[in-house]
Amino acid sequence: MVNVLFFAGLKELFGKERMSVEAGGLTIHELKSKFLSSHLESLDQAMTAINEEYADDAVVVKDGDTVAFIPPVSGG
Amino acid sequence: MDKMFWLTAEPIDSNEVIKKVVRPEAGAISTFIGVAREFTYGKRTLFLEYEAYVPMAEKQLSRIGSEISSRWPEARTAIAHRTGRLDISDVAVAIAVSTPHRDDAFQASRYAIERIKEIVPIWKRENWEDGTEWVGSQKEDVSYKDQLPKEEEIERG
Repeated sequence: MVNVLFFAGLKELFGKERMSVEAGGLTIHELKSKFLSSHLESLDQAMTAINEEYADDAVVVKDGDTVAFIPPVSGG
Repeated sequence: MDKMFWLTAEPIDSNEVIKKVVRPEAGAISTFIGVAREFTYGKRTLFLEYEAYVPMAEKQLSRIGSEISSRWPEARTAIAHRTGRLDISDVAVAIAVSTPHRDDAFQASRYAIERIKEIVPIWKRENWEDGTEWVGSQKEDVSYKDQLPKEEEIERG
């Protein structure tokens, strides 16, 4: 299983802060299309992190990974 | 606390951040303190809330410290960022950079705050008199669709 995390506006949009999906072996792009297609446009505005490091849509995830969707940040 | 880069749900004491970079080699310490603003273009904020992906945010702050060290090798950097609810004028972020001479300290502290606004997973929720809003999250005025901003794209002051 792959852990998925949502933050800020995305957390409100999906109505949850985490979920688990059977996405081992899929790219981030495929994970989004297969499991999160209800809000693809908002996800495409976000950056993605795998295990706390930024990654692009072509990277393949494996079981046990944590994928976080990072909407445009506003710290500082 | 031995950390040079950290998030905290408690009020930030700027002096604690400054102390982290004090050393005999330094002739200058530049600080940047970001605080909760009450009025933004006439609109009144009652309070702010900061949410963070804490472990990754601390890693990214540390990465900013490494970027500063590669650009200004003699710099030492410490950064603290608040999470949770902040009242007006509360410290949201405190940055301290020490260097042998002042010019580098000014440049590096500026670099740190600009970089925080690009790569550190922290989100500000404005609580206005008439509603709430995640800043930057739903307005689609900032898009990271193409790529993460690169270090080289930040002007070196």
